[in-house]
Amino acid sequence: MELDAKIPSGPIEKRWERHRFNLKLVNPANKRKYNIIVVGSGLAGGSASATLAELGYNVHCFFFQDSPRRAHSIAAQGGINAAKNYQNDGDSIYRLFFDTVKGGDFRSRESNVYRLAEISLNIIDQCVAQGVPFAREYGGALANRSFGGAQVSRTFYARGQTGQQLLLGAYQALMRQVEAGKVKLYPRTEMLDLVVIDGRARGIVTRNLITGEIRSHVADAVVLGTGGYGNAYYLSTNAKGSNATAIWRAYKRGALFANPCFTQIHPTCIPVTGEYQSKLTLMSESLRNDGRIWVPLKKGDKRAANEIPHEERDYYLERRYPSFGNLVPRDVASRNAKAICDEGRGVGESGFGVYLDFADAIHRLGRHTIEERYGNLFDMYRSITGEDPYNTPMRIYPAIHYTMGGLWVDYNLMSTIPGLYVIGEANFSDHGANRLGASALMQGLADGYFVLPYTIGDYLAGTKLDKTGTDHPAFQEAEANVRCITDRLLKVNGTRTVDSFHRELGKLLWEYCGMSRTAEGLKYALGKIPELREQFWKDVKVLGGSKELNQSLEKAGRVADYFELGELICLDALTRNESCGGHFREEYQTADGEALRNDEDYSYAAAWQYQGEGVEPVLHKERLEFEYVHPSQRSYK
Amino acid sequence: MNVTLHVWRQKQGAGKGRMVRYEARNVSEDMSFLEMLDVVNEELIEKGEEPIAFDHDCREGICGMCGFMINGVAHGPVPGTTVCELHMRHFKDGDDLYIEPWRARAFPVIKDLVVNRSAFDRIIAAGGYISVSTGSAPDGNAIPVPKEKAERAMDAAACIGCGACVAACPNAAAALFTGAKITHLAMLPQGAPERPQRALKMVLQMKEEMFGHCTNIGECEAVCPKQISIEVIARMNHDFIRASWSEREAPYRADQPAGEPSAGGCQ
Repeated sequence: MELDAKIPSGPIEKRWERHRFNLKLVNPANKRKYNIIVVGSGLAGGSASATLAELGYNVHCFFFQDSPRRAHSIAAQGGINAAKNYQNDGDSIYRLFFDTVKGGDFRSRESNVYRLAEISLNIIDQCVAQGVPFAREYGGALANRSFGGAQVSRTFYARGQTGQQLLLGAYQALMRQVEAGKVKLYPRTEMLDLVVIDGRARGIVTRNLITGEIRSHVADAVVLGTGGYGNAYYLSTNAKGSNATAIWRAYKRGALFANPCFTQIHPTCIPVTGEYQSKLTLMSESLRNDGRIWVPLKKGDKRAANEIPHEERDYYLERRYPSFGNLVPRDVASRNAKAICDEGRGVGESGFGVYLDFADAIHRLGRHTIEERYGNLFDMYRSITGEDPYNTPMRIYPAIHYTMGGLWVDYNLMSTIPGLYVIGEANFSDHGANRLGASALMQGLADGYFVLPYTIGDYLAGTKLDKTGTDHPAFQEAEANVRCITDRLLKVNGTRTVDSFHRELGKLLWEYCGMSRTAEGLKYALGKIPELREQFWKDVKVLGGSKELNQSLEKAGRVADYFELGELICLDALTRNESCGGHFREEYQTADGEALRNDEDYSYAAAWQYQGEGVEPVLHKERLEFEYVHPSQRSYK
Repeated sequence: MNVTLHVWRQKQGAGKGRMVRYEARNVSEDMSFLEMLDVVNEELIEKGEEPIAFDHDCREGICGMCGFMINGVAHGPVPGTTVCELHMRHFKDGDDLYIEPWRARAFPVIKDLVVNRSAFDRIIAAGGYISVSTGSAPDGNAIPVPKEKAERAMDAAACIGCGACVAACPNAAAALFTGAKITHLAMLPQGAPERPQRALKMVLQMKEEMFGHCTNIGECEAVCPKQISIEVIARMNHDFIRASWSEREAPYRADQPAGEPSAGGCQ
């Protein structure tokens, strides 16, 4: 299969504008004849649904929560980047583009990233007009902060709840269209299969989570905005319900899955306390601006933090990276924390934690300033751990946070199945091997508000779609497939709970395909996962029936997919014989232990094609060209 | 520690449920309340009993999906906290905990602790937005917003739509929820053009959904996990009364609801 990314030619600043002009338009009077299915109601799915409806399309929006406002975008804390240069500090579209390509460790597509940086300006305007209460200066202008080590102040924020406010903006725009009759909502409904007819995406099969009804839905195009797959690791900062089932079932219907091993590990999360731990909570990266990270010099030092004198502490990031210190990028900070804990110098009961200490900052700036900057985060920490970070240092440890990989899409955000579009975290295109802070919200909204609504018109205007209905054999087959999976899960009636399997899989992935990976470890995991999957299908215990609200059954279906996806994540990591961004292969590092890229052999997006159960998928490579930002070794020394 | 749970179990579609007693053994004080329920559920499954159904998602207090009554208090005993962020260290060994779903006519129970809150979506659909289509916005800094106003808008916009206010209110009123959205948008210049109509439509929809009337009891504010101030209800009443007067020429009547009652709901 030849992967055509449909990247426009010409100077990069003109590409999107020219491309938009070249896109075919759907006559306004004809738009209402088209039905578009959008799965997911987060920043990407919600904004796309609202905008498509404003344009006149009939939108059907599906989500598993009870309201579109609950999508996991809501949990983003820090902010959203935009190259507004309101601070007059030298920011520009080009600089945001440059930072994003470099931050992604040269594994993203230049044209997509440039478009993202361009659109960042419109996003802020749109959100302000919707009533998003961004932070303001006294004069009434929008406030900015710097974020994630960026050298300019380009992050817009609404306290520590930026994701929530942006999502509510999109949700309100969506509800306006619901009221106008242009969007139909399908709450508590999960997509369980994609229907492809004559090579084109023509609909989905869903399960109503309340009644258990399996139903087919026909459309002219299908859009997936279903988020990332971090929950494959069991413990992550994702919401419990976030899952990979929609993109995974689309993969099994022929959409290529790109760069599955590019997962992001966030360095500042609250450590695990016990086996019962159900999820991990992120503490905003901004804490590293004032907190100092350290561990005891001696192994197994069990004294309380306050009893360890200064000279017996190892401020390891400041020691190893004198110029960036505690502000090194996420992947570097995470790997160092793991290495220190593996040495046996971790803190807390489990030994998997490092201190993030504000004592010096409080001494230098006063408690009041620290309270003003981080008050809500300190409160959250205290409520979860029962410890007061004003008096004892916080304990932090890295956790899976975001997945850069996802379904492969071209410049139009269309997957390898015509008529199937993938937006937001669910696709792979913009962040390369590492995402910068405050860029996820930007991408979700860019795709949903400003890219997809144009590009989908080109497809609809240029494609002659035959009339079809849910009685088509392809729908019947997909429904039967969904019923088969559901029935199979209920019939096993073994001895172990779904969660116990999920935890075990998560540990395998975290251990062998987490912060650092080796060929040996990955091979081991690739041997173990199929064994565990086999056990799952023999011994899982799912009670209750299929015709009612059955939360175990929902989880079981998702975990079944994680087993297959987990294998693909490991296979991709094993095949990529280099280190880049979040993908660190221990065999490939510089003399100082930094990620060593291999641009000659691996400057490509790895897109995997499903070949059937138990058969190794086929790898297709999309070569990445860097005409503007030339690959260089990242250094934070 | 060990605690005794008395949990409302209600089969789906059944008109009535009952309290069932469970013993939660060896509970760690570092567990969240929901993690404690997870462990109880794992044990139930192993014994072959159906686990307790409860709504939850982000487990960090922002999505608004979780929520139930613990000993008669929405989201439990710690102020400003959702049940997913409530930790077991706030309870004592030997405690008896009564766990019940939100109770309100507008929030029918689906199963066990899971209720249907789609009425909230319909209130927002009735007018809880600024009518601006994608692409038509002026520059973000074109209209200055005083810092003070932006902060007050944010205070109200922090609502997570969990429904605790309704559950705690003896009248099962949705005034805090509705008032919060009305206040958020009323504080901003962008929200000014539709301010009167918004208040009228949202308040009428609230009544349509069979929420009770606010009688200024204040239970809602006391249990709100985001500590939204009851002041938003005063703002809602202000805007509603003012709009009822100033918009008299084109009155909105209850028998002509702003939208189909089912508009925000299920298929």
